[in-house]
Amino acid sequence: MSELNESTTTGTTGVKRGMADMLKGGVIMDVIDAQQARIAQDAGAVAVMALERVPADIRRDGGVARMSDPDMIDSIIDAVSIPVMAKARIGHFAEAQVLQSLGVDYIDESEVLTPADEDNHINKWNFTVPFVCGATDLGEALRRISEGAAMIRSKGEAGTGNVVEATRHMRQILSDIRRLSTMDDAELFAAAKNHRAPIELVREVAEKGALPVVLFTAGGIATPADAAMMMQLGAQGVFVGSGIFKSGDPVKRAEAIVKATTFFNDPDVVAKVSRGLGEAMVGINISTLPTDQRYADRGW
Amino acid sequence: MSPVIGVLALQGDVAEHVHALRAVGVSTKEVRTVDELQSVDGLVLPGGESTTIARLAGIFELLEPLRAAIKDGLPCFGSCAGMILLADRVLDGEVDQPTFGGMDITVRRNAFGRQVDSFETELEISGIAGPPMHAVFIRAPWIEEIGPEVEVLARVTEGPAEGRIVAASQGNVMVCSFHPELTSDTRLHELFVQKVKGTP
Repeated sequence: MSELNESTTTGTTGVKRGMADMLKGGVIMDVIDAQQARIAQDAGAVAVMALERVPADIRRDGGVARMSDPDMIDSIIDAVSIPVMAKARIGHFAEAQVLQSLGVDYIDESEVLTPADEDNHINKWNFTVPFVCGATDLGEALRRISEGAAMIRSKGEAGTGNVVEATRHMRQILSDIRRLSTMDDAELFAAAKNHRAPIELVREVAEKGALPVVLFTAGGIATPADAAMMMQLGAQGVFVGSGIFKSGDPVKRAEAIVKATTFFNDPDVVAKVSRGLGEAMVGINISTLPTDQRYADRGW
Repeated sequence: MSPVIGVLALQGDVAEHVHALRAVGVSTKEVRTVDELQSVDGLVLPGGESTTIARLAGIFELLEPLRAAIKDGLPCFGSCAGMILLADRVLDGEVDQPTFGGMDITVRRNAFGRQVDSFETELEISGIAGPPMHAVFIRAPWIEEIGPEVEVLARVTEGPAEGRIVAASQGNVMVCSFHPELTSDTRLHELFVQKVKGTP
């Protein structure tokens, strides 16, 4: 947090969480170059995620996946006027420092990249730029928020084109929240212990009936109907990774997923935009994934 | 009769505006279609991504009906992206970025910088009694030029952007660069509701 002078402050919790509020109801798309970024913006994306390889390619290529090349991130920042996000490895605070210095608008501390620290996530309070983090349940979400995350996304299983894990994690987070709302003061202490989360945040969620930050979904969304389902389940917006640029007609599919996210409650619209999209990305059944290739298990 | 105020609900922080409007005691309606647009007495254009909102308005055939309604005098209040959408002219936007227009102003997008430059401050606003408002600026625009009929409501009073216009009104249209809906201070929403109630 820096003081410009007496009453003007940057990097506050208010502007970090507020930035995510402005993305609500929108679609954030993974892009690997300036051309894809412009396609995403023209399709109505609220932000783009700049990365060198989409998750499906990271799976295929193997090896260590790291923060993207600064030149590539710069070229995307220059190409679009919508916010640009970029990924840092879990725990890799120096990658995050680099991304902040490049001027990215949000950092995703992401399990899609190879973790850099198997015990600690980044202390996100040390940064002016806001962070989004993945979570599979409420406890994980609250641990990330206690470390300074200003936005949460359900993890899903990135690069699979299979929505089943996104569904599991979104349902888990939201049903954990609903259960907290029915508990009395004494029960909340035990809930905090069981969720391995700070009691103050547990109390706040119980009272509000929602996370104190915006909740998006991610990891396996490939069709307009996938997006509509996740929004109906309670997601406030959608990250689409490999699903768009690994499909037959990215321009059309990008637009269709944006429209389905806005009109998620209108099956006629979702039906209309689902027509003639060409091939969806080839999906992967989660049960065939070796344990070490399940990204959702990364992070703690 | 208490007016019904719509909130354009294509994308952005719709819920926060609905909450603020309910706190000042008016009925609200989320607006996504022409029918919904025609049933409201005033319209709030929320914060969000202006390119996305404009594009969705085009896709779902709301662009022309919105322009017509604003021209016919529908009271409108836009915050941040909403201000961009209500401006007649936009700088640093996409080349073909359409707006709804309605206010004779030139707005510069992301004028204060990127997200790391987003800030909170205290602002004196003309027409708002009491202490200054706490204002949250997020990748905010500012107003660079105004036409003769535009009344300036607030300017930045310190820092590198000192003197920049960040709130204004013209007839039935009111805009601000910041997000009153993200705080519990509802005085700007009250001012807008008074505008709506004063419109025959």
